[in-house]
Parts: sequence; structure tokens; C-alpha cells
Amino acid sequence: MNYLARKISFYVVALWAALTLNFLIPRLLPGNPVEILIQKLAARGPITPELRNSVELLLGDTSNDPIFVQYVNYLKGIFAGDFGVSITYYPQPVVEIIAQALPWTIVMIGIGTIIAFVVGITLGMLAGWKRGSWLDNLVPVTTMFQAVPYFWLALILLYVSAVQFKIFPVSGGYSYTGAGPSWDWDFISSAIYYGTLPALTIVISSFGGWLLGMRNMMVSTLSEDYIVTAEAKGLRPTRIMMAYAARNAILPSVAGFAISLGFVVSGSIVTEQVFSYPGVGSTLLQAVNNNDYSLMQGLFLVITLTVLGANLIVDLLYTVIDPRTRARS
Amino acid sequence: MEVNENTMNSSADSVAQRETGRPLTGTLAVIRPRFERRRPRWQRIVFGLSPKLAIGLGIIIAITLFGLLGPMLLGNPLSIRDIGRTPPSGEFWLGTTQTGQDIFAQLAHATRGSLFIGVVVGVLAMLLSVIFGVIGSYVGGWLDESFSLFTNVMLVIPALPLIIVISSYVADKSILMLAVILAITSWAASARVLRSVTLSLRSRDYVAAARVTGERQWRIIGVEILPNLVPVLASQFVLAVIFAILGEAGLSYLGLGASGALTWGTMLFQAQNGFALTLGSWWWFVPPGLMIAVLGGALSLVNFAIDEIIDPRLRTASLDKNKKRAARRLRASIKAGATT
Repeated sequence: MNYLARKISFYVVALWAALTLNFLIPRLLPGNPVEILIQKLAARGPITPELRNSVELLLGDTSNDPIFVQYVNYLKGIFAGDFGVSITYYPQPVVEIIAQALPWTIVMIGIGTIIAFVVGITLGMLAGWKRGSWLDNLVPVTTMFQAVPYFWLALILLYVSAVQFKIFPVSGGYSYTGAGPSWDWDFISSAIYYGTLPALTIVISSFGGWLLGMRNMMVSTLSEDYIVTAEAKGLRPTRIMMAYAARNAILPSVAGFAISLGFVVSGSIVTEQVFSYPGVGSTLLQAVNNNDYSLMQGLFLVITLTVLGANLIVDLLYTVIDPRTRARS
Repeated sequence: MEVNENTMNSSADSVAQRETGRPLTGTLAVIRPRFERRRPRWQRIVFGLSPKLAIGLGIIIAITLFGLLGPMLLGNPLSIRDIGRTPPSGEFWLGTTQTGQDIFAQLAHATRGSLFIGVVVGVLAMLLSVIFGVIGSYVGGWLDESFSLFTNVMLVIPALPLIIVISSYVADKSILMLAVILAITSWAASARVLRSVTLSLRSRDYVAAARVTGERQWRIIGVEILPNLVPVLASQFVLAVIFAILGEAGLSYLGLGASGALTWGTMLFQAQNGFALTLGSWWWFVPPGLMIAVLGGALSLVNFAIDEIIDPRLRTASLDKNKKRAARRLRASIKAGATT
């Protein structure tokens, strides 16, 4: 089986696993989420049979359908885009709330991750190239940033630059005094202004990992025979560094992107809470605090699917930068 | 002691590999002893530790002692006084909370709680990753395929959302319950590392020899494979402890931690709820995070040291001028030799 087909079938399995996990968690763990949710919904408005049905499909049936039938119906509901109704934002459907929150997180995490990746890879390349230089000796220091909890770093950044010096806003995703979300410059610039601190948190705490990985791979790559050959041919050092060493050393970093992305996503959920950023993370916590189970399950599913999608894209990119994956098929 | 022996073996291993494969670095490795800087005696005595390992272990031991002894020496962390939110002073080294609780005493108790979580999760995650990483890849066949697939799936599902969802269904978690939740969501990465190392170990000659002499499978795994995995296991354990302490802190900060427990995360949660940030009570929210950062830093120093033992090429050891000159001369002579 060629690389691409193998990757895609892996993500199909992962997708199925995520859907099944989402189905099993509320049913296997103690408590009766359906009753809690129905009671809360009843306090907000009338419960139609359709509403009750969609809640039951998500969180566990009170009727005595066999578990297999429930599972099939649950999958049908998910693929039809039916995630139930939120209590927190009653009577908005869960899908709408997720659609509002998701772009904020994707853009903020996306930009933060890309900056962290580029900075980390570049510095790691230089540190590995000049082993023992001052930059290389800084490597342990930068990886210390990884041990700092994301949200604590966020708290410190917030304290210094928003509370003490008032350079950046304390919370939110855009200026509420202006007009609401729209595609004009006023809104976009205020979104950038409000998003800087959260994104900076991600960059500071995650670039160290890329740096260390890249540095270590550079060191091993530089002892390969083809580097000696390139040196012997009298190629310019920058060319050897970029086209011979870095080109090969970057492969494991890209291949290991999946693991790192998981950490970034986990970290930024808590970070969003610190900044009250209007993304998926803080919405998820609102859902948890209100026992809004359908919103919570929906968000978990969407976060997981987004991460799977991002990993698939990176894996596809990998086929571009590593020709061996294409040659094997 | 066993650790030392094995790590020495593995470093000797890779030196040998380089000697056979790459003459340049090989010769460098041979001449290294001449230029080795003499270390102060106490360092040589302390099992010839690299400075990274020594500093890392020193910090870890200090923090552990603080967590073990502090709670006995310092007063009740929860007793309330009428001196809310006082800055650090002689009486209260790290000041007080808004209800006048001694933050230094809280920090000692929280250290104990967080370390406990870290170690328990580390051990549990290690067990799971050995089961899925080592046993699967040793046995091979469909078992390896399915374990590996399971590991990879667990790896791409983001951990914290999963932990948040699971823990919101489990009301009133004990600290052990929380440790179990963290462990079942965090073993996958190290299982993958262990799998790849085991795959290379199982094709070594001495494993084949053991198999030919009719050793039973569990004995080969236990006696031939696992001891050689010790350095890798140690480094994965360290990572698991970091992950657990960070994970617990994040979860507790969000208010989803163990009920009734006092950890660095719950301290930060209380600080957040007491408006420590907006009111500028830095002595409340800085220390717990700093403890996490320092402990995490120390653990990653230890991890660096282990990595360098496994793969000596990674050492930063700033090549001093003598070494560089020697290397340049060697390279020149080799190049000259190659052309003639």
C-alpha cells in the first residue's frame, strides 16, 4: 500500500475512534447526563420530542434500544450535523455556537504555531550547525520554557503587559466598543491586537521543542557522509547548511508534528480561559461549568476532528518534502 | 548501579558504531581523553555526573525534601487570619492570601500534592507504555499492528479536551482518580518511542541467541530487552512526570482538579478566584507557577543528561580551542590523505 493510502486509511480509523470514544464516554461513565440536561432545558423552554431524541442520541438512550442501534442512530445524527441544543446559549443549536468559536481558535493557534515552528526550526538549524556556539548553549534555557505551564506564562504576560503597563488588553477577542465581527480593517486590526498576547504565549512556550528537535537532528545529519562529500566538493557553507543538512534534518520535526500539535491545542485551551478569548477553549469550559453536555461533546468532537485534519494536511505536505514516500509506492 | 552500567554500555556502543562507520569522528573520539578537562574532585566523586544531571537532580531533591518535610514544619495552610493579602514579610515568607492564609505553608503542602500526582502518573503511564510499546513490538504480527495502531490513534486525539470531558462526568474525583485519568491519556507518546527502540533491540544477536537457546518469551523480554531499555524508560518516565504535573496544574486551574486536594494547580485556581492578578498580589500566583517551571526545568535537565548518555553526539560541551584546532588539523590531514 502506498504512503498516501496508508495515511488516509489511518485517519479514517482515527476518525472512527474519536466518534466512538465520543459515543462511549457519556454512556460508560457514572451519572445520568440526559436527565440533567433535560431538566435544565425544561427550565428554559418546552421539550419537543425531537429535542429529547437528539439529546438521547448524543448522551445515552433512556429507551431500551440495543446499544448497536443507538450507535448507528448516533452516527446518523452526527453526519447530519445534529449536535443537539446548548443550555448555556439556549435555544441556539450546538453547531452554530461551535461555528462561531472555531475560527478564533484556528486562526490564533494556527498563526502562533506557524511562527513557533519557523522560529524554532531556524534557530535549531543554526544551533546544530555551530555546535558549541553561544546559541547552542542557550538551547537548555529555551527548552525550560516548555516546562513552564502555558497558562502560568499567560498569567505572567497578562500581569506584566496588561495589568502593569497596560500595553495590551486584559481580555476578549476584539474591541467591544467598535462594530461586531466583520471584514473591515477596524475589526481585523483589533482582533490582531487582542490576539497578540495569546499567540505570543503559544510561541514562547512551544518554539523550544522545535528548536531542540531540529538541533539534535542537525547534529546527527552533519556527521553523515554526504555532508563530508559536500564539503569536499567545496560548496558554500550556507548551501551545505540549507540544502544538505537542514533539508534532511527537518523531516522528523514534520513527521512528529502530530504530537506537538496535541500539546499546543491542550495548552491553548487553558490559555484561552486566562485571556477570556472567544474561542473553543473557553467555550468548552463554559459548557463544563454549566453541565452543558451536548455542547461539551460537540466541542470535543470538533476539536479532535480539527486536529486530525491539521495532521492530515501536514502528512500530505510530508509527501512533498520527502520524495522517498512517493518513490516507495 | 544498573542504570550506570547500561548507560555506559550504550554509549560505548555508539562510539563503536561511529568508529566503524565514520573514521573522522572515530579518531576524534579516540583522542578525546587527552583534552578532557579535569573536573573538580567532588564532581568526580558524585558518580562522575554531567553538570546537567547534577544540577537537575539537586533541584529535584531539594523540591522533594521541601514537599516531604515542609508540611511537618510549617503551620496549617488553611487557617484563616485577619490579615488579608499582605506582601511577603519576615513572619509570612510569601505573604498571605485574601483570607490571610500562609502562602509559604500552602506551597509546601501543594508541593507534596503535585509531586504525588507526578510520580503516580509517571509509574502508571510507564506500565501502560511498556505493555503497548514493548510487548507488542516484541511479539510482532497482528498484536504489534493493532497495538501500534491503537497507540497512534491515542496520540492524535488531543489529550486535554479528552481529560476535561472525562473528568466533567466524574464528579468528586480523588487525587488517585485524577492520576488514573491523566495516565490513560498520556502513555501513547512514550509507547511509540519504546516500540521503535524495542524493534531494533529484538534483532540484536544476543536476543536471537537467547531465543535459539529456548528461553521463554517473557524471560527474554524481562531479562534481555527491558534492562537495555532502562535509559529510554528513565527519560520517558521523566517526560511523563512533567506531563502529569503540567496536566494536573492546568486541570486544577480550570477548577476540574481533585476535590479537597492542595496542589500547585489548585493554588493558582484560588489565586485566580481571589483576583490576585488584577489586584497585583504577585506573591500569590507567581510561586506555584515558578515551582512548576523550576521542577519542570530540572526534570528536563535530567532528561537532556540521559539523552546525551544514550547518544553522545548530542553533547553541547563547547569544544575548546585546543580541540577545535586538533579537529581541524585532523580533518586537513584526512582530506590530504584521501586525495593522495
